[in-house]
Amino acid sequence: MAAKSSGKPKKTTKKESSSKKQKFSKETYIKWYKDMLLMRKFEEKAGQLYIQQKFGGFCHLYIGQEAVVAGTVSATKPTDFHMTAYRDHAHPIGLGTDVRKLMAELYGRETGVSKGKGGSMHFFDKEKNFLGGHGIVGAQIPMGAGVAFAEKYKGTDNVTMVSFGDGAARQGALHETFNMAMLWKLPVIFIVENNNYAMGTSVERTTNVMDLSKLGSSYEMPSFVVNGMSPEEVHEAVAMAAERARKGEGPTLLDIKTYRYKGHSMSDPQKYRTKDEVKEYQSKDPIEHCLKVIKDNSYLTEEEIKEIQDWVANEIKEAIEFAENSDYPSKDELYKDVYKTEDYPFIIEY
Amino acid sequence: MKTVQFREALREAMSEEMRRDENVFLMGEEVAEYNGAYKVSQGMLDEFGDKRVIDTPIAELGFTGIAVGASMNGLRPIVEFMTWNFAILAADQIINSAAKMLQMSGGQYHCPIVFRGGNGQAGQLAATHSQAFESFYAHVPGLKVVTPSNPADAKGLLKSAIRDEDPIVFLESEKMYGDKGEIPEGEYLIPIGLADVKRKGKDVTIVSFGKIIKEAHKAADELKKEGIECEVIDLRTVRPIDYGTVVESIKKTNRCVVVEESWPLASISSEIAYHLQRYAFDYLDAPVMRVTQSDTPFPFSPTLMEEGLPNVNRIIKAVKATMYKN
Repeated sequence: MAAKSSGKPKKTTKKESSSKKQKFSKETYIKWYKDMLLMRKFEEKAGQLYIQQKFGGFCHLYIGQEAVVAGTVSATKPTDFHMTAYRDHAHPIGLGTDVRKLMAELYGRETGVSKGKGGSMHFFDKEKNFLGGHGIVGAQIPMGAGVAFAEKYKGTDNVTMVSFGDGAARQGALHETFNMAMLWKLPVIFIVENNNYAMGTSVERTTNVMDLSKLGSSYEMPSFVVNGMSPEEVHEAVAMAAERARKGEGPTLLDIKTYRYKGHSMSDPQKYRTKDEVKEYQSKDPIEHCLKVIKDNSYLTEEEIKEIQDWVANEIKEAIEFAENSDYPSKDELYKDVYKTEDYPFIIEY
Repeated sequence: MKTVQFREALREAMSEEMRRDENVFLMGEEVAEYNGAYKVSQGMLDEFGDKRVIDTPIAELGFTGIAVGASMNGLRPIVEFMTWNFAILAADQIINSAAKMLQMSGGQYHCPIVFRGGNGQAGQLAATHSQAFESFYAHVPGLKVVTPSNPADAKGLLKSAIRDEDPIVFLESEKMYGDKGEIPEGEYLIPIGLADVKRKGKDVTIVSFGKIIKEAHKAADELKKEGIECEVIDLRTVRPIDYGTVVESIKKTNRCVVVEESWPLASISSEIAYHLQRYAFDYLDAPVMRVTQSDTPFPFSPTLMEEGLPNVNRIIKAVKATMYKN
C-alpha cells in the first residue's frame, strides 16, 4: 500500500491509492506525471531565473499545487474554459500551451504568449481557451462567471473553471457573483486553490469561518472540500461539478485544499509558517504520488520514466533558450493592442 | 425627421442593434420588469424576452464583471447603471479589466461592451449622487468615452458604440431623458470621435459636451442680443477628443471658453486649455477660460447647488472676459 502517497489534509474524504485496482488509467497517470513534472520544473527554473534577475515584475509560483490543475484538466473537455488569478503559470502548461511561449512571456519578449505585454501575472492563450491570468485579487470571479454566462447564452454545454486563492474568497465580488451564478444557474465551477495563506496571512487570521466551502451555503450552492494534493480526487470533484453544470444545474464551489511549497512571491521570507509544516505537505507531493503509482503498477520502465524526465528537462532548457534568443517587442508595439480601432488618435508628444 | 425624447432615442438604438445582432443584450438594475428606472428600456423585455433584457441584483461590481467576461467570450453586453455614481463600485471591472484586456492578452481577448447610464447632477441629490465622470474615464487608455447632448446624437452614437469593438463609457443624464429633439427617420450612425459645431459664430468659441451644453446654448442666445456671436462646439466624445475641430474654430474666433459639468482639476477643460496653448498659441487673443462645477462636493441646499453649477451668467461672464469686456 502506498502509505505516504495517500496522506491528506484534514476534513477530506478518505480514499486510498491502490497498487492493484486503479480508478484511473495508466495513460492518465502518465499524463498527470508528465504534466505536473513539467509545471514543477518550469516553476523551479522560473524561480531561479527570477533570482538571477533574468526578468522583472512579480513572480508567483505554483509549486506544490500542481494536482489542482492536473486533475481539473483531465476532468474537462478542450471546449471548456479556464480562468485564474496571477498564480497562472501552471494552468496553460496543463492545457498544453508551449512552455517556450510561456517562458518568453516571463522574459517580456515579443514571442511570449501575451506578446510580452502581460508578463508573469497575465498569461493568456485563446487557442487553449485560457482566459488569463488576472492581477486584481478576485476580479476573475465575476469575469469567469461571465464567460460561463456567454456559453449558456449561446446554448452550448461548455463549462467554465474559474480559480482563485483563499485570499480572494474574502472579496465582495465573490459573494455578488455566487448570488447571480446561482440565480441564473451558470455553468461555472468555482475552484478555490486553498493553500491556506493569503500572501502571509493564514486563513484563521482573516475570518471567523474557517471552512471556505461554507461560503457557498448562503446561496445554496453545492460546495465540497477536496484534497488538492490528489489529482484523482480533484478529477472526481471537477468531473462531478462539470456534469452538474452541463446538465443545467448550475455552479459548484470546490474548496480544494492544496499547499504552495514556496512563498507567496519571490520576495516572501515565509516567517508566517514553520519548515515542518512545509515538509509535512511535501511528504504528500502529488508528483511523487503519481510516480509511485506508475512504478507500483509497472506502467513504465525505469528507462521510460527517465525518458519523461529528460524530455521535461529538455523542454525547459529549450524554453529558456527560446526566450533568451527572442527579441523584445519593437517600440511601435507600445500603441498596438490598446484599441481594436486601427486608427485610434493617441496623444503623442515628445 | 421625427420628434422623440432622449430616452426613446436610446431605446431605438438598443432595440435596432438587438434586432440586428443576437449577441447584443441589456443588463442592469430594473431594466426589465420595471421597464427601466428612467424608462429608457420601456417595452424591451416584451420584445426581446428575459434572456436578453436582464434584471440584476444590486451588485454593480458583480454584474459588471459578468458582463466583461461575457464580452471576452463573444457577446456584446450593454450594461445600464442606474447612475454612474453607483458604477464607482464597478470601476475595477471597467478600468482594470475591460480597458486593459486587449493589451494584457497581447491582442487575444477584447471587450466589445457598452457601459451606459445617467451622469452628473440630477437635482438635489447631494454629494454622492451628483458627480460627472467624463474626465475620470477619459483618463484611461483602452476606453472610449461618449457624451451625447441631444436625442439625435444619442441614437447615432449609441448605435456606433454597440457596434464598436472597444469598451465604451456612454454618459447620459437623468435630466436629459425627457428632452425632446428631432431625429432622422430610419437607420443612421454617428461615428465616435467627431465633434459637432452646434452653432456658428465668429467672436468666441464655447467648447462643451453632455447636458451642460444646454447652458452654453442659452448663454449664446443671450450674448447674441448684445451682438456677441458665439460658436458652440459639442465634443460629443471626450476620449478621443476631436481637437482638430476645436483648433479650426479658434483660428477663426481666437477666443475660447470651455464649459463642463465636472470639477476643474485634471478635467476636460484643462486638457482643452493645454492643447490650445500648445497647438493654437499664436491664434489666441486671450487666455482660455472655463466654467466648471465648483471645486467642492455637490451640496444639497438649492442655493448652494445653484452656486456650484455652471450656469448662463457664469458662462456669459467668462465669454466677456475673453473679449476683455465687463
